[in-house]
Amino acid sequence: MKRIALAVVTLFAITFLLFLLMEFLPGSPFNDEKLNETQKALLFAKYGLDKPFFTRFFIYLKNLIHLDFGVSYVITIDLPVRTMLATRLPVTIRIGLQAMILGVLIGLILGIIAALKKNSAIDTTATVVSVLGFSVPAYVFALLLVYFVAFRLQWLPIRYNARQPFISSILPTISLSMYIIATMARYARSEMIDCLNTDYILLAKAKGVTQPRVIRRHALRNTLVPIITVVAPLTVGIITGSVVIEQIFGVPGLGQLLLLGVTNNDYNVISAVALVYSFLHIVIMLVVDILYGIIDPRIRVAGGEK
Amino acid sequence: MSEHVFTSVTDVDLTPEELAELKLVNESPDEFEAKDTYEVTGFWTDVFARLRKNRGAIVGFALIAIITLLAVFVPLFSSVTYKDANIDHAYLPPKVPVLEKLGILDGIDENGVDLYAEAGLPDGTYYLFGTDSMGRDMFVRLWNGTRISLLMALLAVLTDLIIGMSYGLVSGYFGGKVDFLMQRFVEVLNGIPSLVIITLFALVLKPGMISIILTLMITGWIPMSRVCRAQVLKQKEFEYVLASRVLGSSNRHIIFSEIVPNVLGQVVIMSMFSIPSAIFTESYLAFIGLGVRAPMASLGSLVSTGYKSFLAYPYLVIIPIIVLGTLMVSFNLFADGLRDAFDPTMKEM
Repeated sequence: MKRIALAVVTLFAITFLLFLLMEFLPGSPFNDEKLNETQKALLFAKYGLDKPFFTRFFIYLKNLIHLDFGVSYVITIDLPVRTMLATRLPVTIRIGLQAMILGVLIGLILGIIAALKKNSAIDTTATVVSVLGFSVPAYVFALLLVYFVAFRLQWLPIRYNARQPFISSILPTISLSMYIIATMARYARSEMIDCLNTDYILLAKAKGVTQPRVIRRHALRNTLVPIITVVAPLTVGIITGSVVIEQIFGVPGLGQLLLLGVTNNDYNVISAVALVYSFLHIVIMLVVDILYGIIDPRIRVAGGEK
Repeated sequence: MSEHVFTSVTDVDLTPEELAELKLVNESPDEFEAKDTYEVTGFWTDVFARLRKNRGAIVGFALIAIITLLAVFVPLFSSVTYKDANIDHAYLPPKVPVLEKLGILDGIDENGVDLYAEAGLPDGTYYLFGTDSMGRDMFVRLWNGTRISLLMALLAVLTDLIIGMSYGLVSGYFGGKVDFLMQRFVEVLNGIPSLVIITLFALVLKPGMISIILTLMITGWIPMSRVCRAQVLKQKEFEYVLASRVLGSSNRHIIFSEIVPNVLGQVVIMSMFSIPSAIFTESYLAFIGLGVRAPMASLGSLVSTGYKSFLAYPYLVIIPIIVLGTLMVSFNLFADGLRDAFDPTMKEM
């Protein structure tokens, strides 16, 4: 309950902060030189930009409850921002999810194999992969993939194409998932090693349980629990990565819209995209928090102080 | 200690050889050697000894040192500067002495045209990393850009350190209501994806180095303050703090002379981790068009300008991303090693 309240407060704070920052943005959305002062004033009046700050803020909040983000001022004049979001959000979410699934699966497998075959060649490979994926930004992988896989070898298309939504989203997905693979492999490895050193694993082995069964029934389950907490921060990486990745591959998603908004000074678009990003972020954090409590009873019991 | 089976060795008749053998059996293999136990070493000697054993950390440190030295000295000693443009020499590919004889990096394009001769350059002119659209020497631009990126990251992390440390110290040391309020504030701030705040701040401030550093600071101090607070909460419970308080020390003395020296290690490690993330954020800003303005260059802005003509002139992007990647991997390796050296028992976060 407290978590949900905090999430709501955070969301409200973000909305206010966004609105405040928009107020300080240099320039205005109406930069056309053909416009004279009266026309500008008329435009301001039309969109209600001439009203005092707090009045506008409350109107904005009231509209937000009905999921009305206002209209675009520059990019496509008078098109509701909600329509723009509706076409772009699914693309971003789909690629994000693909990256998440790919990254978690490969990362987990890599980490677990590395832990089971500690100090082997696979372990070293996993460590190198995780150090690289953890520290090198996603766009570096993206550019390398574009150059070698798409341009030199011509295996996959360079640009995103709405008619081939899966084939053309493979490269963006791989670039985004590198960070997830790295983090997952890292955590899975250290959790698994910890887990294999516990007494209950020793007990299971002493009772004569076979090695594969020990791993599947005893070690794996307990390894997976703490890993769920790692998923939340990873979504942040996906959100940040998506802005640049979408630009490189020309994916018509949220990140591209944010950039369009930034270059055109389109207030409503910028704040809408920022709000959607924040909302996704907060919801995922919340869900993971609650999930963690459900899965691990120890947290539920100790949850009182949190 | 292993149990002695014989009450007295002299009870049994044994040859000296047998006696020696008996002693060996009694000495269990995990018994410590005197050298390890009795040689007194200081904390820092231990840290450096452990750090030296970590291959990753050494490689990381060496690479950081090499890149930093190049970034500092190449722009100082080169005959051209990062902004000297020569439009006749635009888009020359890299040409490196020695390597050119192997048929790679020889300034000749796929069609066999010697671009250097075509630009009217005499033999023996080398642009090691090629030139950009304005004919500026990429070798100088790259190292100058690295210098700017490193400088910005360093300044941002220094300010993070100051803000984050004071925030964590106050919040952790005073506790109670102060801590509660300060932590709620951090939680709310942490709920916002930093990308959103960073983009907006960069938009509001005028573009330039100072505003990029300010933007990097906005969210950078949060992890620092968390680590610092957690450390202070731990240190606060130790007897030495109690002893100091009993002796009548002021809060200021306890914080700065007793606690700070003990949390400094963790904070320094944390700041080593924030340098690569500051470099990353800077390059992200450059990518969305909010980086340093040309002709000035940073690693991020080199990548983002080069990327526009990426397929035609890949060297404009590949070289900066290699330097950027190497730098970030090195900092992470070094920070990892440093963390393990400071506290070998600490689990990976």
